[in-house]
Amino acid sequence: MKIIVCIKQVPDAKDVRLDPKTNTLAREGVQSIMNPYDLHAVEEAVRLRELLGGEVTVLSMGPPQAEEVLRQAISCGADQAVLVSDRAFAGADTWATSYTLAKAVNVIGAFDLVLCGKQAIDGDTAQVGPGLAMRLQIPYVTCVQKVREATDSGLVLERMMDDGYDVLALDFPALLTVVKDLNEPRVPSLKGKMRAKKAEIRRLTAADIGADPACIGLPGSPTQVVKVFPPEARRKRAVFTGNLDDQIGQLVDSLHPYL
Amino acid sequence: MDYFLTEEQEMIVGIARQITDERIIPQRAELDENDAFPRAILNEMARADLFGIPIPEEFGGFGGGCFDIVLALEQLGRGCIGVGTAFAASSLGIYPLLIAGSREMCEKYLPDVASGKKFAAFGLTEANAGSDASGIQTTAVLDGDEWVLNGTKQWITNGGEAQIYTIVAITDRSKGARGASMLVVEEGDPGFSCGPKEKKMGIRSSSTTELIFKDCRIPKDRLIGRKGTGFITVMKTLDSSRPGIAALGLGLAQGALDEAATYAKQRVQFGKPIIAFQAVQHMLADMAIQLEAARALVYGAARHIDAHPKDISKVSSMCKVFATDMAMKVATDAVQVMGGYGYMREYPVEKMMRDAKILQIYEGTNQIQRNVVGQELNKEYGRA
Repeated sequence: MKIIVCIKQVPDAKDVRLDPKTNTLAREGVQSIMNPYDLHAVEEAVRLRELLGGEVTVLSMGPPQAEEVLRQAISCGADQAVLVSDRAFAGADTWATSYTLAKAVNVIGAFDLVLCGKQAIDGDTAQVGPGLAMRLQIPYVTCVQKVREATDSGLVLERMMDDGYDVLALDFPALLTVVKDLNEPRVPSLKGKMRAKKAEIRRLTAADIGADPACIGLPGSPTQVVKVFPPEARRKRAVFTGNLDDQIGQLVDSLHPYL
Repeated sequence: MDYFLTEEQEMIVGIARQITDERIIPQRAELDENDAFPRAILNEMARADLFGIPIPEEFGGFGGGCFDIVLALEQLGRGCIGVGTAFAASSLGIYPLLIAGSREMCEKYLPDVASGKKFAAFGLTEANAGSDASGIQTTAVLDGDEWVLNGTKQWITNGGEAQIYTIVAITDRSKGARGASMLVVEEGDPGFSCGPKEKKMGIRSSSTTELIFKDCRIPKDRLIGRKGTGFITVMKTLDSSRPGIAALGLGLAQGALDEAATYAKQRVQFGKPIIAFQAVQHMLADMAIQLEAARALVYGAARHIDAHPKDISKVSSMCKVFATDMAMKVATDAVQVMGGYGYMREYPVEKMMRDAKILQIYEGTNQIQRNVVGQELNKEYGRA
């Protein structure tokens, strides 16, 4: 059973500030972490390997320091790690990112399952997982909250919905995006941390994966960010007085213009 | 203060800290309330390889020293010394094997303890043998190829939860201190049972029971080391384990100081946060000073022990006394700083104060530790 887990290094959401001059995320001095959903994807991959055997490869597209999250994944049980890193990837949107990851997956080789977090907590698009599945031409299920059954040929899953969940069966190869209800990620082990420290991270450049320069980075991204700005703080306070019915009437009247 | 830890030591601290923050702290109040053994947390610690720290690499462990285990226990103690005690007692249970066990015994027992598949426990104390270990009544008599054990051990940590017990029994009463031996008893051995869980003031998540031997028969090869060396092994075991108890005290005190200082910054009386009042500041300052002094002593003692000097009794006892008396004081003062809130079960310092008391009692009372230090001084100055 060969599993690939796509992970991303993101700024710690507990520590996010906007640069007041540029209105972009202030990354200076902000701690980087593994995207929290991805921790659950790594955990599920390791559990499936413990159950069915095989190997878990973690894959990330990012700057050289994204190696940190790949090592973290190894300390939590992943077998090997691949970093796709090239200046040419800078500015990639979800379209270009899913193209790049698909190219990298093809270089890694045969696989049964690809796991992704539901979304990254910086961009919050939830598009890269499904986009990658389309590029790889494999079926996918988003928002997986539980793996009910796992065999060498496929899975029975629960997909989280607004009003409950769906039960789905699918055959490999396939891609899943996962939510946090799926499992409780393990604490890294001492032996895992030592292995992570020594592990060799395979580096792939744009040339290594045979990427078309027109399809990667900013040139390959149809999304153009025109302006980033924090919403203006507009707060008015209103105190409603009188008996309860009067107060409700006033509240309804005051909400009316916004409906 | 920076104690210049190695990269591997930083890893141990990081793992133990994560388990403490993510697993122990959210559950400690409930475990305490229900006297519940922290099986799931210990399993997580096992998966993270923490049980392997004191076990040599050849037996599936990490091959760490006293300082490594101290660092892990300090973190765990910050969360809950009940959980920390359950963890530490498994190490305590295998020290006799590390100190005096044959290679075959180590091969048989240590890998499963290193992986956390099995827990260990150490059985010395009896109703009439506490500080005076020579009062041991439990006997082991050789009958053919088997030892026959009779007697009852009392207040044994991990009783009923462990699978491997290292116990002390008298094999030849006429020889006094040289008539005691250590043996391994396994869960399920005929004639061996554990009593009900004791009801304790603190560390309620740890399991404490009697070990009852009624014509308990075990194979001859369960003897640890040579016959009659039991007391020496016990003393060496306790010398090795005491810095770990001191480390639990460091962690507990750190947790109590964290709670008290955070509270003192938030609590407003007479128009100011109470940390602005000198009476409170001085209490917090004394807590921090005592804690850092204890940490320096415990770390220093652990590093000294890791250099394998001939005799470690004195430093081992010194650091246990100082750090655990400090922990009791700091926990009590944390309750005082927090006033009525501190006394309520809603806040963690109430439990910390109840828990801290055991640190001054178990693994040799602090009075016995002072005896050890005093006797060592008597020897040192007698040589002049």
